Amino acid sequence: MLEELFMPQSEAVSEKRFILPAGQFQRLFDALHQRGYQTIAPTLLDDAIVYEPVDSVSELPIGLTDEQRAGAYRVKRNPEGRTFFRYTVGPRSWKRYLYPPRQRLWQAERNGDGRFHVLAEQEDVPRYAFIGVRACELSAIQIQDRVFLSEQYQDEHYRLRRENALLIAVNCTAPSGVCFCTSLGTGPRVRDSFDLALTEVFGNNEHFFLVEVGTERGASLVEELGLPVAADQQCQMAEALIDSAEQRILKRLDTSDLKELLYRNLDSPHWEEVAKRCLTCSNCTMVCPTCFCHTVEDVTNLQGTVAERWRQWDSCFHVDFSYIHGSAVRISEASRYRQWITHKLASWQDQFGVIGCVGCGRCITWCPVGIDITEEVRALRRREGSRAAPASPKEENHANA
Amino acid sequence: MTRVTKPKLAVWKFASCDGCQLSLLDCEEELLEVAGALEIAYFPEASRAVVRGPYDISLVEGSITTPHDAERIHQVRRVSRFLITIGACATAGGIQALRNFKDVQEFIRAVYASPQYIETLSKSTPIRDHVFVDYELRGCPINKYQLLEVINAYLNGRKPNIAPHSVCSECKRRGIVCVMVANGTPCLGPVTHAGCGAICPSYRRGCYGCFGPKETPNPAALSKRWKQLGMKEEDLVRAYRSFNAYSEAFRRESESHERS
Ligand code: SF4
Ligand code: SF4
Repeated sequence: MLEELFMPQSEAVSEKRFILPAGQFQRLFDALHQRGYQTIAPTLLDDAIVYEPVDSVSELPIGLTDEQRAGAYRVKRNPEGRTFFRYTVGPRSWKRYLYPPRQRLWQAERNGDGRFHVLAEQEDVPRYAFIGVRACELSAIQIQDRVFLSEQYQDEHYRLRRENALLIAVNCTAPSGVCFCTSLGTGPRVRDSFDLALTEVFGNNEHFFLVEVGTERGASLVEELGLPVAADQQCQMAEALIDSAEQRILKRLDTSDLKELLYRNLDSPHWEEVAKRCLTCSNCTMVCPTCFCHTVEDVTNLQGTVAERWRQWDSCFHVDFSYIHGSAVRISEASRYRQWITHKLASWQDQFGVIGCVGCGRCITWCPVGIDITEEVRALRRREGSRAAPASPKEENHANA
Repeated sequence: MTRVTKPKLAVWKFASCDGCQLSLLDCEEELLEVAGALEIAYFPEASRAVVRGPYDISLVEGSITTPHDAERIHQVRRVSRFLITIGACATAGGIQALRNFKDVQEFIRAVYASPQYIETLSKSTPIRDHVFVDYELRGCPINKYQLLEVINAYLNGRKPNIAPHSVCSECKRRGIVCVMVANGTPCLGPVTHAGCGAICPSYRRGCYGCFGPKETPNPAALSKRWKQLGMKEEDLVRAYRSFNAYSEAFRRESESHERS
């Protein structure tokens, strides 16, 4: 089962925390390479911090931070100094590696006798070590596990990548203006389903990572590196940084009654209002770490002797996405935005047992016109409030059904 | 599967720069394969040999700008089973449709020494305005892989894999960082039809809209954002008024900024 496979909560795993001096960070990368992992980590590329293959700590976004708000993202110098992880999430998520944007699923060849045979895809997938996975992203990966590795349906392509992936998490200490993980209980502190978790402590001539161990794999790395056990005071320094981060997260999504709110509002005039602003460009879905929708395309060679089936990221904002026998179902822009937000926040719960949003804020930042999922929910609540009798003027009155 | 007779392909030119039909010659490696699967029956740009029609596939490049061409396109339609228009000229009127916003007689008087010999229409219009079109391939110029895909799909009796959604989807799949969000650079990508593979954003430039409007475009919302980024009304007019100026969505949007 899922939990057993990917979220081992072994009792043997140490409760102790360890210290990795920042100057020795490269040793962790080297140890991973020795074990045959390809290390994927944040790096600066085209004015954004994105996840790419990174072999050396010198390629990390050293001394950089980010500023994010609806529709705008900027990388800035971090006045603190040469930190490694004082920024939040960028336009790419780890799904790019676990669930690539475009991949071949299988091929078929026509035989001489006019029939064809299918050639299964032989995938040579690297063993990934993801370095710098944030708390919200761990939650997003768990959500995609539910999608691709349910008991009923298993996606082999995802499994191949996910099974071997080693997750080195990082606690957030510099949240951005679009983060709202605290509303969803997904961050900023990582809680489980990591191999190792780091908290970067910087300042007063100190620069080290506090290391928590989540799995046997993680423990053996700590052992190999011979990391010293952390002192209480060092643990407290790290805790204080995360606490402070938590307090600086101001954006909120009120999740009470959320599913019912959206289901009640399928016919709200609000969708038409969003449609005036929405470009139906699909950026929000492409950057979302939980969005998993795709399409399959069949391609052939000119002679028609070889066919291939490819899967690629698709979006509920594309008209063709809802094409069913002769016509698309969701033609209007309003119906497409409604579909996205209703699936993410409401029907996802019926389908997978969790809300489909982890509060990473990507869809807010990378929407070219700055449409904000939390604001749209607020607007829906406001509209309901204004329609309600004057006796119930407050949002809180929409209690759970 | 062996085909008894090869389908015949014809390539026709109307008012255009030839760039789109050159995409076919640009196929180089694949061209031999195409020539193996199809009989290139009429393609004056490539060969003087002409095989008589009717033709199974006609690729039509260019817009209609003269009374003569307005007649000729009907002949082309009559001899073609499948008529596929290629490029911004054939699908939207092209850059020459800038005349549609002005008085063409004035241009003629200004440009030609003997204007009385010039016979031209007041507007440059897409092929679809004149005859029934089976398929449209966008771009200025078209993407040669999309051209191959349409031919391939025709030969194999399947639907071409050509998406009408935004350029943004191509950027995101390629992992290109959004120039508008990360740099504040105005980009037409969110209202532009995919197909080029997001060439300009990959060089950190905003999209110029070569492939014309995407499905259900919302240029008004995009323009609003551009204004916040500091763009002036007259620049908005110019942004929408290029190769696809006369496409419905871009034309309306440019006009709305001209009036205000
Ligand atoms: S819906 Fe938006 S905030 Fe929520 S997980 Fe997706 S991208 Fe992040
Ligand atoms: S909400 Fe924003 S990112 Fe999403 S489709 Fe609409 S305009 Fe594009």
